[in-house]
Amino acid sequence: MMLALSVGLLLGGATFLMLQRDRFRVILGFVILSHGVNLLLFATGGTLQRAEPIGGDLDPSATADPLPQAFVLTAIVISFAITIYMLVLAVTGKADPPEDDHGARLPRSEDDPAATSDESAATTDDGPGATGDADRAAAPRTDQDIEGGTDAAGPGEHPEEEVSPR
Amino acid sequence: MTLATLLPLMVAVPIAVGGLTMLLQRWLVVTTTLLMLTLTGGLAAAIAMVVMTADGSVHAHHLGLFEAGFAIAFAVDAFSALVMTVALFLTLVSCVFALQVGTGRDPLFAPLVLVLMGGVNGALLTADIFNMFVFIEVMLLPSYGLLVLAKRGRGTLTSVIGSRLYVTVNLFISTLFLAGVGLVYGVAGTVNLGQLAGAAQEDPLVAAAMAVVLFALMMKASVVPVHGWLARSYPSTSPAITAMFSALHTKVAIYAIYRLYAVVFEGDSRFLWIGLVLFSATMLIGVLGAVGEKRMRSILAFHMVSQIGYILLGVALFTHAGLTAGIAYLLHHMIVKSGLFLSVGAIEHTHGSDTLEDLRGRLRAEPLLAIAFAATAMSLAGLPPFSGFIAKFSLILASIEAGAIVAAVVALIVSLITLQSMLKIFNIGFAPTVAGPDPGTPAAGDDDHSRSEAPRVPRTWAIPALALAACTLGLGLGAEGLLSLAGVAADGLLDISAYVEALR
Repeated sequence: MMLALSVGLLLGGATFLMLQRDRFRVILGFVILSHGVNLLLFATGGTLQRAEPIGGDLDPSATADPLPQAFVLTAIVISFAITIYMLVLAVTGKADPPEDDHGARLPRSEDDPAATSDESAATTDDGPGATGDADRAAAPRTDQDIEGGTDAAGPGEHPEEEVSPR
Repeated sequence: MTLATLLPLMVAVPIAVGGLTMLLQRWLVVTTTLLMLTLTGGLAAAIAMVVMTADGSVHAHHLGLFEAGFAIAFAVDAFSALVMTVALFLTLVSCVFALQVGTGRDPLFAPLVLVLMGGVNGALLTADIFNMFVFIEVMLLPSYGLLVLAKRGRGTLTSVIGSRLYVTVNLFISTLFLAGVGLVYGVAGTVNLGQLAGAAQEDPLVAAAMAVVLFALMMKASVVPVHGWLARSYPSTSPAITAMFSALHTKVAIYAIYRLYAVVFEGDSRFLWIGLVLFSATMLIGVLGAVGEKRMRSILAFHMVSQIGYILLGVALFTHAGLTAGIAYLLHHMIVKSGLFLSVGAIEHTHGSDTLEDLRGRLRAEPLLAIAFAATAMSLAGLPPFSGFIAKFSLILASIEAGAIVAAVVALIVSLITLQSMLKIFNIGFAPTVAGPDPGTPAAGDDDHSRSEAPRVPRTWAIPALALAACTLGLGLGAEGLLSLAGVAADGLLDISAYVEALR
């Protein structure tokens, strides 16, 4: 019963945190979620038998089930790795305009002038084809949009589109 | 010692070679050669497995010859061999395209793809739901890397925003899947598919636990109402990688849904209506989502959601005709979708954008790409003589036969909307003389960037897409072969005794 309540509490807290807007809280939510699920996995092996399942002379009625423990070990490693990766993703691009945070209205990543110039300055080992293509594509637009800042590529185009005869 | 003893090599070799290429990443020629050799070798092995299992036999191996239930079990039947063959073939084609356009020239590309391949093979071969979780993770981890690889070094928000969504959603799915596996172990005392066979039909507790697993897999396959993540995250990486993911990730989830429902539920007819409702909604809502999209790859990603509804309809019918059609549809769809992503990707790499309004009037006529796109698009919509027609026709026949008239009607309506959507892309992206302004009109601003000066797509970039277009045509004309192989796979799902027997 205690175990079920603990799992419920952890999962409830995780759900609450994951529904927050703040990225870091979402990640904390995932940490707690994986703890909750790990506890659940432990519980599936039964909690009354606690003797260690190591050695040759074992009493099956007393030893713990080793399989859930192996499950949990695997799961911990995986969720730990992914959590770290999520933290890295969370801090990447912190300096960028906040509008993207909504996720719904993204500026197009390929022809974002700021991104392209950042890239040519920052990377040397990117695929030569990709870099070249991005530059080529941005070339006609940068002439007029370069002062407009990062998100000028999108709105900057519509007037021209309307002027051009169909 | 039987040939099945070699099954674990399908996982071990790619991962080992992946580690090797990681060490050798300074020599790009070496890593690329190793990547191609491993993929080709894997493909040859997968084809050999199709031949071996075409008579309906199942080959299984318990790793280390431990007892069933304790050992890591690998099993191959016609279904997994077919899916693996197509998956490896498409990985190979996508890698060729990635190398052509430059994505594949990153030193980390080869190791990541190889580990991805190991994970996919493992997930398709394993006969144990906990190992399925592990292999899905092995498949996901390199995918996270591949997702940001195309935009590596920029470090901007736009380059990681798709990854953020993808990683978050997939971590949630994995955790849910794991919880489901735990519950199954708790109530059934085993996670081995051979021992779980039919357990869900007898014990409602196992059915409830298994439902958690299936729900997680449906999220992973992006079934409505949990489909939103796919259309947002897939277009955020480079086209070659989108094509590869579209052939692998959701399809592994679909494979697992087919397998688990067939083995653990034994096709329990009590729950089929849930599938019918959900998958019909997936077909319809996916295709409607595509209508409002402005980027070519977003449109295609929404169509993928819609097509997933079709594929899974086969398992919701759970008749011989339905399963055959569903499996044929799965194989056809993997090929066609990758072909579409590759032909659109060639345009995108040349012009730096895949937003339809950006491209309007900036393109030149690309006859080869246009042929590739038109063939795959018509196949997607289900027009003869392509494989889409056969798959869709047999699926609709099967659903009418099973009395699911509503699903059949939805499938027909959705086909029409699909065709309309494909025409939208085709008119702007591939037939610029139809939709664009007159040649010579300033199109991308006041500068004289007219169509005659627009960059051309290099001819060779059309080859991967053309190869896939030829495949769908070939499968359409040779439909008898496709359907008979899918029929063998469906037999294996309907009658699981051979599968269970092999796992003892």
